[in-house]
Amino acid sequence: MRDQRASLPGAALAWIVAFLMFFPILWMLMTAFKTEAGAIANPPLIIFRPVLESFAAALSQSGYVLFAENSIVISLVSTVLAIAIAFPAAYSMAFQPGRRTQDMLVWMLSTKMLPPVGVLVPIYIIARDTGLLDTRTALVIVDMLMNLPIVVWMLFSFFRDIPKDILEAAQMDGAGPRRQMIYLLLPLASPGIASAALLAIILSWNEAFWSINLTASHAGTLAAYIARYSAPEGLFWAKLSAASVLAVAPILIFGSLAQRRLVRGLTAGAVK
Amino acid sequence: MSASVSIANRAVAPADLLSRSRRRVAWTLLSPAVIVLALWAFVPLIMTLLYSFQRYNLLYPERRGFVGFRNYGYLLSESSFWTAIINTIVMVVAVLVATIVLGVLFSLLLNQNFKGRAVARLMVIAPFFVLPPVAALIWKNLLFDPLYGLIGWLLKLVGLPAVAWFTHFPMIALIIIVAWEWTPFATLILLTALQSLDPEQLEAARMDGAKSVNRVIYIVLPHLARPIAITIMMESIFLLSIFAEILTTTAGGPGDATTTLTYLIYIRALLDFNIGSASAAGVLAIILANIVAFFLMRAVARNLEA
Repeated sequence: MRDQRASLPGAALAWIVAFLMFFPILWMLMTAFKTEAGAIANPPLIIFRPVLESFAAALSQSGYVLFAENSIVISLVSTVLAIAIAFPAAYSMAFQPGRRTQDMLVWMLSTKMLPPVGVLVPIYIIARDTGLLDTRTALVIVDMLMNLPIVVWMLFSFFRDIPKDILEAAQMDGAGPRRQMIYLLLPLASPGIASAALLAIILSWNEAFWSINLTASHAGTLAAYIARYSAPEGLFWAKLSAASVLAVAPILIFGSLAQRRLVRGLTAGAVK
Repeated sequence: MSASVSIANRAVAPADLLSRSRRRVAWTLLSPAVIVLALWAFVPLIMTLLYSFQRYNLLYPERRGFVGFRNYGYLLSESSFWTAIINTIVMVVAVLVATIVLGVLFSLLLNQNFKGRAVARLMVIAPFFVLPPVAALIWKNLLFDPLYGLIGWLLKLVGLPAVAWFTHFPMIALIIIVAWEWTPFATLILLTALQSLDPEQLEAARMDGAKSVNRVIYIVLPHLARPIAITIMMESIFLLSIFAEILTTTAGGPGDATTTLTYLIYIRALLDFNIGSASAAGVLAIILANIVAFFLMRAVARNLEA
């Protein structure tokens, strides 16, 4: 049973709010299809003939393809690693809990509370001394560690919803932890794994602090690319917008698919 | 049920043996995650702490040595440090107020039943998924620019002069950008919480003739109290670390008008290479975050028990 339909002013207000919040993104999208002259026209162009030249210009820029590739590789690899480490940990905590399991879980989440800037200096120096500055490896490791607590937590809460009897029956039949995880848990929890992975990819794609501070021209992600773009090329608005649209689009699509799950993941289940 | 099983196990000796080996397996599976997180949580922390007691500048590595609390002493006596603390508090508090107020409002609007609300919801939530530097640049150039920006043009339409936002109101401009990014987060969480509100309770109140304003004040807001508290705590942790938005718009300026603690540490560490001072400020940032985290983790732990 649903609450009754909204009043007309209520619905109108909701649409106005939606439009205002979305407007900056829409305006960026429109600017991306303008010419450079059109982008800074005064009064601003609302109706115009869309052109693709800015996208072509952004893509032909030497750095762009490399940085996009970095974003894809780093977010995917760090996510796969995080899931590989979190999966057995979450299995262990959900199905073989000990007295300390809950403390362990809370402690893992608490590592998220460390402000990155508090450890900027040592991480930078460690990366420098190990030759990992400006490498994908450094960002893969950092992103994996940043997301690991969230992924463990999400997998744990999905596993907790799976009836224990199923695994216990398998255990009776002589299936060890490895076979239980691969043949039972993996298929049973695949929606949960997918949404944990989605969240990790989004967070890692949008991660800017470490990407800007640990990389230069080789391993930077799109976040670092756009941030550096701002200095000399800031005035080419159409090109900047086109590059931004390309950088934002995949995550906008991913994010809108997973919005509900994100709440659970981001708030550690404190809001359901 | 599982509790009774484990009690039964404990009574018999062979089963006890079995459970001990099970526990070893459980720990083996858990250990990779625990070990990497422990390394990540403690090693850099201890290094920051050690550096904070040293004179250490990457430009003059030979002049390195133990200086006790001198870095902290210098830091606390510098006006730029206190400016950064005040800027941080102003930014975090202003963004929190804006996002919570707008978040409550937007979530109530979006929780209504109207045609196409799934689309409207997505439009409101979308800014959360925009890369931080992109968000900053859209606002800085396309909207706030005094010559070609849309807002300047709108102001001119109504006869007002264009405003050079980042020259005259840098902090306000920054707050607007960050609030735009984080309002969707508050809205999303509060909307989720609203959907767990029992519709029959609201219906009953409506039948009893409660006005909609009263329904919001007496039923909806109390229901949202806990989600709001959690949103505030989560956001504070993230807002404390706002960085890319400052770097791409103001670079902490003009002067140090938008230099927050995070940005100050970045300047000290990677522009001045003053490792000692940056680490001391880092330790203070960690303490600040821990105060917030303490309350947040208590809320999460309470939820795990429930």
